[in-house]
Amino acid sequence: MKKKSFLFWLDVLTAALILAALYMALVYAPEAANLPTRTERLAQRIFYFHVSFAWTGSVAFLVTALGGLLYLIRDNLKWDMLAFSSAEIGLVFLSVVIVTGSLWAKPTWNTWWTWDPRLTTVSVAWLLYAAYLMLRNAVEDPARRARFAAVYGLFSFLSIPLTLISIRLWRTIHPVIIGEGSQGAQGGFHLAPPMFQTLMVSLLAVTVLYVILLLHRYQAELLTEDVEELREKILTSYQ
Amino acid sequence: MRGSLNKIAAILWKDIRSEWRSKEFFSAMFIFAALTIFVFNFAFELHISNRKAVVPGIMWVAFAFAGELGLSRSFALEQDKGSFSGLLLAPGDRSAIYVAKALGNILFMLVSEAFLLPMIMALFNVNLANTTILLTVLAGTIGFASVGTLISAIAVNTRAREVLLPVLLFPVVLPVLIAAVYLTSGALNGASAAELAGWWKLLLTYDLFFIVLSVMVFDFVVEE
Repeated sequence: MKKKSFLFWLDVLTAALILAALYMALVYAPEAANLPTRTERLAQRIFYFHVSFAWTGSVAFLVTALGGLLYLIRDNLKWDMLAFSSAEIGLVFLSVVIVTGSLWAKPTWNTWWTWDPRLTTVSVAWLLYAAYLMLRNAVEDPARRARFAAVYGLFSFLSIPLTLISIRLWRTIHPVIIGEGSQGAQGGFHLAPPMFQTLMVSLLAVTVLYVILLLHRYQAELLTEDVEELREKILTSYQ
Repeated sequence: MRGSLNKIAAILWKDIRSEWRSKEFFSAMFIFAALTIFVFNFAFELHISNRKAVVPGIMWVAFAFAGELGLSRSFALEQDKGSFSGLLLAPGDRSAIYVAKALGNILFMLVSEAFLLPMIMALFNVNLANTTILLTVLAGTIGFASVGTLISAIAVNTRAREVLLPVLLFPVVLPVLIAAVYLTSGALNGASAAELAGWWKLLLTYDLFFIVLSVMVFDFVVEE
């Protein structure tokens, strides 16, 4: 009972932090003075949540890889539940990153999408973790599912840096210029102190959001397991 | 050690013999890759004047599709005939099964590629017979098939395995494909060895790293 009230207060705290971060990102933070048009200056305000979700999303995938590794070492299904919960949240966060990035890129780069190293890596990471979830969905037996997912999570996590290196190599030898403004440097700005504060509050808010979602998701997994056990018990008692 | 080598040789030889009798892998891989090349030919011919720019991409997409098709049968055949439990029950280290299967897949892919390369050369009128390209084909195939063998062992034990294999495989082997395409196009367009050095490092690192990792985790995949 005590645990539940703790989660509840954490929910409230998360909501408050997100509202504060929203206020800071939309009102408190000054406009990026060097950006030429008003649309670009408004779009720049996406940056605070975009970066926060990107960093937290990366942490989520690190947790998935580590959870998988710990499952393989310890053989305890709890680690697998942690890895799974984290992957699901990470995929949602990564989707947020891609959508907010695209919304910002349209006014700033004049395109929704460009095959820049970061964008390419993020899209591949998205596919990897979508595949990770599909794989989990396609295996019935919990122990086998956990082993497969752990192995695949490990491979995915290790192939992401290699993908990044390969695309960087490609672009540095073969710079691609699709019209003006497709370079990653376009739309940069100086981070003033209030902007930095805003970024930090957003990062905190999103990190707490990740933790609270992870706790809820993990609890849901535990409950699912309980339900399975109860069902087994009932089915066997009727036989 | 001796025992493992014998086991690897025995499984590999079994796979080669069954393939030699049925030609099942080869016909599927070759026909499908040829079809891919034809489709690309129609899709690109009207728009691209510089064939050297598109041939490396076409070539590696064809190889990757052929390879994926081969990989999907690698464990599926064992599973369907019920002989996989036999392999698991055989004495000795289980990673020997992985090594033998990976070697078999590399071999089958290389054989199909040996038939596909001259076909691409003839159809697109480019010369692919140079050392860099042949070494790239070898290293790229090793990377693709070694990771592919492990993922195929995973996919075969799931529902909807035919769908899942490409979905799981392609994002993971992307670095191999990028490096292989770049090396091939570099060699075609006369890039210097120094320009290609970074790509060789990347490709060989990937090969080494993922072979070692696959051998290490294979036990977890087939554990029953």
